[in-house]
Amino acid sequence: MQERVRNAEAATDLKVIGTRPIRPDGVDKVTGRARFGADYNLPGQLIGKVLRSPYPHARIKRIDTSKAAALPGVKAIVTRDDFPDQPSEFVPAGEMLINYRDLVRNIMAREKVLYEGHAVAAVAATSASIAKQALKLIEVEYEVLPHVLDVDEAMRPDAPLLHENMITAGVDPAPNTPSNIAKRVEFKLGDVEKGFAEADVIIEREFKTKPVHQGYIEPHACLANVSEDGQAELWVTTQGHWIVRAHCARLLGWDASKLRVIASEIGGGFGGKTVVYLEPVALALSAKAKRPVKMVMTRDEVFRATGPTSGATVRVKIGAKNDGCITAGEAELWYQAGAFQGSPVGPGAMCAFAPYDLENVKTVGYDVVTNRPKVAAYRAPGAPISEYAVESVVDELAKAIGMDPIDFRLKNAAKEGTKAAYGPKFGPIGLIETLEAAKAHPHWSAPLGPNQGRGVASGFWFNVGGETTVQLQLNEDGTFNLVAGTPDIGGLRASLCMMAAEELGIDPSRIRPLIGDTASLGFNFLTGGSRSTFAGGMAVVEAARKVIAQARERAAKLWELPLEEVIFEDGLVKPTGEHAGKNLVLSFADLGRLAGKTGGPIVGNASLTAHGAAPTFGTHIADVEVDPETGKISVIRYTVIQDAGRAIHPSYVEGQFQGGAAQGIGWALNEEYIYGEDGRLQNPSFLDYRMPVASDLPMIDTVIVEVPNPRHPYGVRGVGETPIVPPLAAIANAVEDATGLRFTELPMSPPRVLAAIEAARARGDKRLKLKF
Amino acid sequence: MRYEAPETLEAAVTLLANEPGEARVLAGGTDLLVQLKTDIIAPQLLVDIKRIAELREVKREAGGFRIGAAVTGAELKEHPELKTVWPGVVEAANLIGSTQVQGRATLGGNLCNASPAADSVPALIAAGARVTVVGPNGRRDLPVENVVLGPRRLALEKGEFVVSFFLPPRPPRSADAYLRFIPRTEMDIAVVGAGVNLTLNEEGKVTAARVGLGAVAARPLLVPEAAEALVGSSLEDQALARFEEAVRSACQPIDDKRGTREFRIKVAGVMARRAALKAYERARSR
Amino acid sequence: MAKHHIAFTVNGDPVETLCETEETLLDVLRNGLGLTGTKEGCGTGDCGACSVILDGRLVCSCLVLGVEANGKSVETIEGMARGDELHPLQRKFLEHAALQCGICTPGFLVAAKALLDRNPNPTETEVRYWLAGNLCRCTGYDKIVRAVLDAAAEMRRA
Repeated sequence: MQERVRNAEAATDLKVIGTRPIRPDGVDKVTGRARFGADYNLPGQLIGKVLRSPYPHARIKRIDTSKAAALPGVKAIVTRDDFPDQPSEFVPAGEMLINYRDLVRNIMAREKVLYEGHAVAAVAATSASIAKQALKLIEVEYEVLPHVLDVDEAMRPDAPLLHENMITAGVDPAPNTPSNIAKRVEFKLGDVEKGFAEADVIIEREFKTKPVHQGYIEPHACLANVSEDGQAELWVTTQGHWIVRAHCARLLGWDASKLRVIASEIGGGFGGKTVVYLEPVALALSAKAKRPVKMVMTRDEVFRATGPTSGATVRVKIGAKNDGCITAGEAELWYQAGAFQGSPVGPGAMCAFAPYDLENVKTVGYDVVTNRPKVAAYRAPGAPISEYAVESVVDELAKAIGMDPIDFRLKNAAKEGTKAAYGPKFGPIGLIETLEAAKAHPHWSAPLGPNQGRGVASGFWFNVGGETTVQLQLNEDGTFNLVAGTPDIGGLRASLCMMAAEELGIDPSRIRPLIGDTASLGFNFLTGGSRSTFAGGMAVVEAARKVIAQARERAAKLWELPLEEVIFEDGLVKPTGEHAGKNLVLSFADLGRLAGKTGGPIVGNASLTAHGAAPTFGTHIADVEVDPETGKISVIRYTVIQDAGRAIHPSYVEGQFQGGAAQGIGWALNEEYIYGEDGRLQNPSFLDYRMPVASDLPMIDTVIVEVPNPRHPYGVRGVGETPIVPPLAAIANAVEDATGLRFTELPMSPPRVLAAIEAARARGDKRLKLKF
Repeated sequence: MRYEAPETLEAAVTLLANEPGEARVLAGGTDLLVQLKTDIIAPQLLVDIKRIAELREVKREAGGFRIGAAVTGAELKEHPELKTVWPGVVEAANLIGSTQVQGRATLGGNLCNASPAADSVPALIAAGARVTVVGPNGRRDLPVENVVLGPRRLALEKGEFVVSFFLPPRPPRSADAYLRFIPRTEMDIAVVGAGVNLTLNEEGKVTAARVGLGAVAARPLLVPEAAEALVGSSLEDQALARFEEAVRSACQPIDDKRGTREFRIKVAGVMARRAALKAYERARSR
Repeated sequence: MAKHHIAFTVNGDPVETLCETEETLLDVLRNGLGLTGTKEGCGTGDCGACSVILDGRLVCSCLVLGVEANGKSVETIEGMARGDELHPLQRKFLEHAALQCGICTPGFLVAAKALLDRNPNPTETEVRYWLAGNLCRCTGYDKIVRAVLDAAAEMRRA
């Protein structure tokens, strides 16, 4: 069931926006014609493979590649010696920051290997089997060091140090001994002590979550081609090819102008394809071999060496009065960064209490390094973890004071004018609308069977804007080409064409979109932060309006009329005033044909840094059934209600809602990284890293709420990230409703759930509600 | 690595017996190819047995069924009689992997992969299946529960491989069932598997029972003590309690990425009870 | 090491190529024959992106050796449309927006076709279990399941 709830002011006479045309890249994707990262080949290409560390923590004493180099068919080998060292400097990558000193060490280990799967060397050879053979001939001498995997253990004074000189940033005065805590962040509003003193009920809980992987189905892949004069091309599956260019040029010491990066179709990213792994290595190999080099990760490598997002420990304390008013909220967050600093603890801390209008709130976050792969962005990075903890405590608090959990949220909900703890004052936002829609939804009042429970939770993501360039070209026959620079992962091209078509008064099928390469447009920040439809839409509207302005100028020139007497209406240029109705009219076909004679080709360029990304709130309702004898949780009904500002193509907005919910459900129930005592990942496959399969899920109902973003010409808000935020708590709250037990550790996998049920039975816990 | 696809048993035996290096039998390949790709094995010779006619057929024999070792799960499911007479065996074979895997994975491969968690093996043990093996010294038969010795260890000599399975004739009012526990609904390796095969008398009392368990010990188990707890009963609560206890006592599982020891022991009882009730319902309706 | 010479049909057309024993049917299709519509998501039979129909049977082409395909018939995503006309499943996937990134789509379409070839009137549960070996990380499966059910309904009416 899919519904839309539209804010009254949003009612408009739009012709294209809000309809559901077939996406322009659709046929290529249902026929197998679309080319993804691993689908590109060049004549004479070599195959590149990476040698990876078997140890979670070891000093590299020696690397000897001579035997591998002597193997016939081996054309190039690279190690740490092939990448110049970088100073410590942070640059933005998606919603996260990257430090080049760390990045150069992550793509190829230098002094130490810091996680199992860390790249140590790479080979390019004439075939995959020769490259694999060559890897076995590379001798690496390691001095194995003690390792640490858990965030709490990593903070102990006697924990092995990953970086011997790392002093915690953000602490005054600075500590004088190094630790695995990279930094401390804090967001504060009001006085939490005063707030807790005013509370009638205070609940404090500690939560633990496991690292989870983005789980894109397409492994990382690229094809590099470097010529003798240093000009290079790179075909790559990425969320941002300008970012790939920037990172690779920096890591290799090349001019950005010499590296042209072409984004392939991308088989899912979810934040995980915002950084580089293989790309600089493939370029370095190709530069050495003077041949094209293709590199594709195995699934095992994807799990061991890319992503995931943080595992974490979170402590949350919330106080409320008996009337349901929250008086104070406090959270401490300890996020695993993996081998190098840069966990999403900052955004986690920003988002934790964002759905609530609070006077007194404080969140403190710690970024902690451990011997695991460096975390990468994952859909609303950091937010699902902190909001899971807060929304769990909110649920418990509502029950403790005997209030309906939706009413409790409504009473405290953030609204226009609310000052968020992380700084901004919210403009028009749709949280209350999603809560009201949830309360009115038939799902909320449907009866439940035995051992079933229902949970609700809200979620927030702030969304971002960023640099965006597009070009809209009128062709000689009146059709258009639209060149954008943000890779299209889930229907972006369709949405951009629809916004252009709305402006131009034509059918979207008249516009052929293309994702241009880094040499064809100005800089584009990546597809991430739920920014591409928002920021791309702003740019497309500006470009279309420039086309219209030129169209009017050309007509004015032809008709010898003042510009103000020429109007654009319904896709046509017409005279107005005394010349109106004189049968003078120009279509885009006419304008395209006449362009050469009236001043040259008509092109609309827009290049901007988008501001005004409005935050997005959602509320989810989940029903679960718990098998009391096995602890298995089945999701039996699920509804996503979320503000979209305005849905350009509602089907793809619903798709974002449903996909995000499914990922959140996986995070809640079964997904986790499982390490052995030896620090090696035990489940680097889709067999044992258990993402939801089709039979695990019910239909996922959606309600699109539309509270327009006043800073966007069509009211768009980013929609992609918020949907992954509420499910963790919605499921946990539903499980509590079904069992009477509160789970504070994810995933709620059957062994963990059954152990809790058994323990509750053994102690005669009266909260236990299950029927056996 | 060489590849051979002989068309006779004799040719296959010769190839396997004469290979000085490591030789592997290739049937459905759904485990073997994964092990090759992940460098768990590196044989010099693969012998594809799917072109040997005897290994690819299901036929009636001596009142029972003979199933070729290279018959796939999907083919078993499509056999008109087999799923009626041995629903537990067929449902177990069809729990091995996805639809795609069921189109390839074979009973012989599932057994000879020698995993403690193989889905079809507890069901075959419960069914009382016998395995025919061929090798340089000719053919021999052995009970299915004696084939797997431990993880990746088989009671087969060099050059020997499984030709077929024999499922015995069924008395009236007999039925089997197989259930497993996995965290998802599909695509997982069994955390616990339980096969139960029952024969009832006219009064609905169990006259014969066999119970097979998977993923609770180093190899799939036959559990006669559990079967005895059911014999003479109509699966009353008391009998089921004894049965569950016997099942749990037989479990010697480990903690691993798929489940804890405690979880496996507890859930083995649950799955075995549910399988017993399912088999009982089926048997009563015959 | 000598390569194997293999000959089989792909979408009805005869093909011949050489492959090493280790190479899978997926490798042969993608690298040997340039048919990159069949995708590799895991290489271990756990994601279904490489689904093809081999002698009428749905399989993961990453779990079949290339040499095993000798003499057989293989159907891939590239053979699903008939000339200009998309298969009803392909059309319904587009109409229902049953794809986002599209990497899993060829595998889902081939698997769904194999289902409808056998069972023209599947229930939602049957669709979900049949497709459980095809992972999608973008859609949550909702629109995929709806598209398959709708395609089945349309094909029954035709």
